[in-house]
Amino acid sequence: MKLLIKGGRLVDPAAGIDRVMDILVENGKVRDVAAAIKKAANCPVLDAKGLVVAPGFIDMHVHLREPGQENKESIASGARAAVHGGFTSVACMANTDPVNDNRSVTEYIIARARQVGLVNIFPVAAVSRGLQGENLVEMADLVEGGAVAFSDDGCCVMKADLIRKALEYARMLGVPIIEHPEDHSISAEGQVNEGFISYKYGLRGILKAAEEVIVARDLILQERIQSRLHLTHISTAGSVGLIRNARRAKTPVSCDVTPHHLLLNEERVQNYDPVYKVKPPLRTEADRLELIRGLQDGTIDCIASDHAPHTRDDKDKEFEYAPFGVIGMETSFPVVHDRLVRTKLLTLNRLVELFATHPARVLGLKDRGRVKPGYPADLTLLDLKKRFKIEESDLRSKANNCPFLGWEGQGAVAYTIVSGKIVYSYKNR
Amino acid sequence: MKERTFRQDHLLGIEHLSVDDIETILETAEAFIEVSSREVKKVPALKGKTVVNLFFENSTRTRSSFEIAAKRLSADLINFNSSVSSLKKGETLKDTVLTLEAMNPHIIVIRHSASGSPHYLTTFARSSIVNAGDGFHEHPTQALLDALTIQQRLRTLRNLKIAIVGDILHSRVALSNILLHQKLGNEIALVGPPSLVPAEFAKLGATVYYDIRRGVRNADVVMMLRVQAERGARNYFPSIREYRNLFAINRDIFSLASKRAILMHPGPINRDVEIETSMADSDRSVILQQVTNGIAVRMAVLYLLKGEIHETLN
Repeated sequence: MKLLIKGGRLVDPAAGIDRVMDILVENGKVRDVAAAIKKAANCPVLDAKGLVVAPGFIDMHVHLREPGQENKESIASGARAAVHGGFTSVACMANTDPVNDNRSVTEYIIARARQVGLVNIFPVAAVSRGLQGENLVEMADLVEGGAVAFSDDGCCVMKADLIRKALEYARMLGVPIIEHPEDHSISAEGQVNEGFISYKYGLRGILKAAEEVIVARDLILQERIQSRLHLTHISTAGSVGLIRNARRAKTPVSCDVTPHHLLLNEERVQNYDPVYKVKPPLRTEADRLELIRGLQDGTIDCIASDHAPHTRDDKDKEFEYAPFGVIGMETSFPVVHDRLVRTKLLTLNRLVELFATHPARVLGLKDRGRVKPGYPADLTLLDLKKRFKIEESDLRSKANNCPFLGWEGQGAVAYTIVSGKIVYSYKNR
Repeated sequence: MKERTFRQDHLLGIEHLSVDDIETILETAEAFIEVSSREVKKVPALKGKTVVNLFFENSTRTRSSFEIAAKRLSADLINFNSSVSSLKKGETLKDTVLTLEAMNPHIIVIRHSASGSPHYLTTFARSSIVNAGDGFHEHPTQALLDALTIQQRLRTLRNLKIAIVGDILHSRVALSNILLHQKLGNEIALVGPPSLVPAEFAKLGATVYYDIRRGVRNADVVMMLRVQAERGARNYFPSIREYRNLFAINRDIFSLASKRAILMHPGPINRDVEIETSMADSDRSVILQQVTNGIAVRMAVLYLLKGEIHETLN
């Protein structure tokens, strides 16, 4: 099985490459990367002229809902949504039912992912048993079973002593702890960012401090432990500042931000539409702008969707009763490219770092995130001229809780290639 | 009576009303006060129209006030009792409302503990929606009946200092009153502990005071809010005793207000918690007049939303 990808502009920040290159793929791996590769007999050619070829995008924070909540999403529907969004790998969070806190659930997810094919799925296991925040999971066993990271995502590890021990223990295994930073005693029953908007619209607030006190706590612990700490979906200017300072002090830490926190602010909640109900909540415009600065100056490593599918009925409710979360895998690239790259707030090179290079590094996926002979041929091909409009009918996810419906712009995923196989093509949608 | 210029489909909150709208409602309400003083307290303004009272929170005064208002306008009224309803069987709000709407009502009056529920109804319902209190958000008819009461007692709604004392954070009465008096250009003083009066309320044109004496000084209207013991349980303040010592209204503090000042409370009152019992019964207290005016204001709202223009009040 061969494939020659010809004439595309390869953007591979890890290799420092941004020029037209041919890529030869053989048996699922990259065989050769060169300025001009001759077409061999019987080798299919993908004409990539005018397209950007990037190392396969990795969404390091998604909820696939299987096992347990297949009415919201499944590994199969989530995989279709992933490749539609240009993702060749996704890391799925542990808050399934049952919780992914033991090897049999991790192995189940991996087995289902193999059956489905399409996309690489890397399970993230829980930090604590049952996400209860009390006892550590059997981390070494889970790593052996295929877990790439640990996170109680959806819940914060509220006991400082437990996160300390998780970080220490994970250091032995060389895997990251992904913290969902939220002090639940502060956020409590909160629905939206606390401030003028929450007061004016009578919605219970979630202070920015709910996030920042955990970011600060974890950074202080990490300063001594020097493990691998990743803070997910950071949403406030204060968090960016804390992480920026920690980085200057050489504390090892990485973090990601979601497209919705980059492109939307708290004013969206004024009509009580639950599609804008997310955790952490949409923040102020000043926070949003600081998140973009964090991407520009390298404080923020990754963009991750926090793809959180819910059924239509789940979200068709009184704001207070609707669950938190939006879907995102299918819209991350087009909205971020159109609103942040085309507007010159970010370079294309930086976008590829945020979507591929850095997530591979953070998750420790050693042979991904760059286009190199011998590595799996995971590639995302982009047509930066193609116009898009985000329509509900185009979504592959089972869910429609997408805050970007109706958005238009320029730049779309053209092909998604996983292990040398074209798993999505915009030609035959 | 003034030509009707009210162009709203719903009454969701004071937020969406213009000063003209507010004045139209109050003028219409004044006309309806006369109806309530008649021997036969009924006009045919909403004859053949159906009003549904959809209350998901316990309420006696607001629910009966809307009920009487609808009946005095000759509307048919259904009280939807949430405690015996299908909601207990797990039906969603949307299904409940769609089911009620299949019976073709004209107006749905909703009270709900979740802020924004009336707004949610407007995304799919065909009836006119009237907000009878949503969560911590708005309670527009309360602010309107308060305004009518102020106008009756002080002969004006302009150039006033309105002091609102208590749990501003969780009070839909406070927010609707703040928005109304901001629109009318009145001075607004908010009084309470910082845990219940966030400084951000200043952005709504109010001044925040933690000292009731300063807040009430020279006020024309002193509006006390009901204190809920449950807030104390959640540490918004340490105890009812300390709250009373700091923020209850008594004769001594009320004497700092302007000479003509009136004392208001949306009810139900906690005697000797936020309000000294003799103050509640004093001639400066307009608490019962507020209740009476509630009917006229609600008649005005229902009439302006769905009444026939050619049917006059005579």
